[in-house]
Amino acid sequence: MDIAWSLFTPWHSLVGGALIGIAASLLLLGNGQIAGISGILGNLLKPEGRVPWRLAFLAGMVLSPLLLWPVMMQVAPAAVETPEITLGTVARLLIGGFLVGLGTRFANGCTSGHGVCGLARFSPRSLAAVLSFMGAGFVTVALWRLLNGGVSL
Amino acid sequence: MKSIVNALIAGLLFGAGLVVSGMVNPAKVIGFLDLTGQWDPSLGLVMASAISLSWVGVKLAATRSNPACAVDQTSRPIDKPLILGSIVFGVGWGLSGFCPGPAVVAASDLYWPALVVMVGLLVGLAVAGRFQTE
Repeated sequence: MDIAWSLFTPWHSLVGGALIGIAASLLLLGNGQIAGISGILGNLLKPEGRVPWRLAFLAGMVLSPLLLWPVMMQVAPAAVETPEITLGTVARLLIGGFLVGLGTRFANGCTSGHGVCGLARFSPRSLAAVLSFMGAGFVTVALWRLLNGGVSL
Repeated sequence: MKSIVNALIAGLLFGAGLVVSGMVNPAKVIGFLDLTGQWDPSLGLVMASAISLSWVGVKLAATRSNPACAVDQTSRPIDKPLILGSIVFGVGWGLSGFCPGPAVVAASDLYWPALVVMVGLLVGLAVAGRFQTE
């Protein structure tokens, strides 16, 4: 394993992570809710799940790049590259997205709900979830590199 | 009204954190998962920072004895849907470089890969939702 120090952006990670943690705390303290994005999206798909706090939180996330993008792009750690639209890349993203939706719904949480909020509550279930999805992510990318020689989109 | 504004601000900060940390960039996420290539530790530090501050929130919520914060899932067992679901999620995460939060934020900026991921993600959520009610 080579650590790519040139790609590592510790200050952005610390500040960005802090904003995420503050946001999760705010939602917990002000709304009594867990900031789990897969759960929020999944519940918004059901008519009975369309409660105001979920819609407001999602609206904030949707508006954040529109309102803050110009400022944030100045501080973003690296330029986001736009890959070429090819059938292979579209299929990879579509299948990847589908598995993310399917898996997080069955597991009742994703990187935010289990990874951030769950671990902050020392939940054993969340720890098991994080170890499982991180492990699967590591293996998937390693296999992809082995089969295709590169991993970029 | 106050709680709606609170949730809106939380959503804005959450999205801002994902952009500032670079987690809306699938290349950085895949870079973290790429142990056999050039490994970028950034995502790990984002998680550590986010967990630390969430932990403060959890502590504050506990002192306020806010009943809504006692959302305690620890009584539920570590079961098959949790583990298998997480593994399926991890495979999709590794393939696409997106988990749900960054997908929402990057799709809002009309970043095409995130828009494609969102289509798959919503279908996946809906399909799994049907399964669970049956």
